[in-house]
Amino acid sequence: MSASETARSRYRSLVALAVMAGAYEGLARSGAFPSALLPTLPAVAEALLMGVADGTLLRHAASTLYRVLVGLGLAVLVGVPLGVLMGRLRAVESFVLPLASALMPIPSLAWVPVFILWFGLGNATAIGIVVYAALFPMLLNAWSGVRSVNPLWLRAGGSMGAGPADLFRKVIIPGSSPFIIAGLRQAFMRAWIAVVGAEMLAASDWGLGWVIFDAKEFLKADTMLASLAVIGLLGFAFERWVFGALERATVQRWGMVRAGKG
Amino acid sequence: MPYIEVYEVSHAYDTPSGRVAGVVGVSFGIEPSEFLCLVGPSGCGKSTLLNIIAGFLSPTSGEVRIGGRVVTGQGLDRGVVFQDFAQLFPWRTALRNVAFGLEMKGVPKNEREEIAMEQLKLVKLEKFAHAYPHHLSGGMQQRVAIARALAYNPGVLLMDEPFAALDALTRDDMQRLLSDVWRKTHKTVVYVTHNVAEAVFLADRVLVMTPHPGRVKTEIAIRLPRPRDPLSIEFLDCQKELLRHLVEPTPIGKDAPRNGGIA
Ligand SMILES: Nc1ncnc2c1ncn2[C@@H]1O[C@H](COP(=O)(O)OP(=O)(O)OP(=O)(O)O)[C@@H](O)[C@H]1O
Ligand SMILES: [Mg+2]
Repeated sequence: MSASETARSRYRSLVALAVMAGAYEGLARSGAFPSALLPTLPAVAEALLMGVADGTLLRHAASTLYRVLVGLGLAVLVGVPLGVLMGRLRAVESFVLPLASALMPIPSLAWVPVFILWFGLGNATAIGIVVYAALFPMLLNAWSGVRSVNPLWLRAGGSMGAGPADLFRKVIIPGSSPFIIAGLRQAFMRAWIAVVGAEMLAASDWGLGWVIFDAKEFLKADTMLASLAVIGLLGFAFERWVFGALERATVQRWGMVRAGKG
Repeated sequence: MPYIEVYEVSHAYDTPSGRVAGVVGVSFGIEPSEFLCLVGPSGCGKSTLLNIIAGFLSPTSGEVRIGGRVVTGQGLDRGVVFQDFAQLFPWRTALRNVAFGLEMKGVPKNEREEIAMEQLKLVKLEKFAHAYPHHLSGGMQQRVAIARALAYNPGVLLMDEPFAALDALTRDDMQRLLSDVWRKTHKTVVYVTHNVAEAVFLADRVLVMTPHPGRVKTEIAIRLPRPRDPLSIEFLDCQKELLRHLVEPTPIGKDAPRNGGIA
């Protein structure tokens, strides 16, 4: 994509954001709602800056991020090898697939009370929920990825002496990387959504979900909105810069997928 | 004694609509360092036969022996080049594609990259060592594939229409290059094609197969000196002779005739 096209698409995103912010600000200042419930943007910005300045908001964000990353890591460690095995072995596929199809439609939030019962309040439950939310996208994408691996690569690898372990690490995983990265993105999004819900019910003291839930008790709408903004920003930043960079450094560089627009 | 012996090899594919014959009772031998071409009409079983020699398919009956040992699977004694450009690993540079076999053998990094670079020089691609396959043209990708199949030094090179998807000019270049590489490396080559001129240009000997289900119909030795001139009278005579065997109906109830060789 050309530089001028990139600039134009940036400009369009900024306009969309500005329009939305303007509409909100107009509504907040119209006096139709009490300002405690619908604080103006400067008030939200102040809450945000205060939270950053005294470190509390950063610590909340760090707790949430920690739960997501640990849970996502576990989901990758389990989901990718299991998905690959599903793609390679009929027996594993026919065992795991019905299980995954039955568990996947259950919203992870519905599990939170059950997990609290099992693991108590705190990190174990929140991380467990993240694993639950992230596992299925990883599993199913790895499974699709393996089936999309060009059989010629397996033949070529095998004829050059690659055994099962080398085929797995050096042919099947990189060969299915477009799917695995797509799975990672989906898994992160689902994990990010799930963790906030889990924190509302199961976290104590730290976490962005917990802040929102706690602020409700004190009618602190500005804190709630500031935390929402952080949730949105962090999610956006990860999607755009972490996964975007990963994709550019791997599958795009290898010509296995084309660059997206924007 | 031939280096590769194909003995009464048959293969039947299991399909949802029943068993389909790939090849039926094929026997022939290949001498060490010989360049053998397999030609025959589309669907006669050339790829099937090559895949059996490569160890990707096991024969339903009969056997293949290489250097006296029965083939039971893939092995580092054989390098394989396919028709499809997509055979290269897109996530590896040309150099690292070529080094893959050595990596599997446990050759240390420096050493294997040195050897891989030499192989790339052999196919005149040393300048593109660090390019990813999607930045290379089809002909270049096929040259990388040849270098990759040669890098771990197998005695046998198996090639299934490696140049069929290239334009005519590039194909001519590639044939000359392959001919040079073969003379430098002394590999035993089995080369599948249905291009008659290509077979005459490259081969010591050409096996002509019957239409599906394939059997060996005849074999023709090409005794032209190398490098061969595709415009010489002798070359064109060979081509005509080969073409005649390809198109003539198979005599029924007779064994495949043996042709003593021409030119
Ligand atoms: N995977 C398969 N499943 C079922 N039948 C197959 C399969 N591959 C090949 N065949 C059958 O085996 C026969 C031989 O196929 P093969 O691919 O070996 O032919 P070929 O000589 O290489 O043809 P071409 O010149 O078109 O590549 C074909 O007639 C086809 O019907
Ligand atoms: Mg074929």
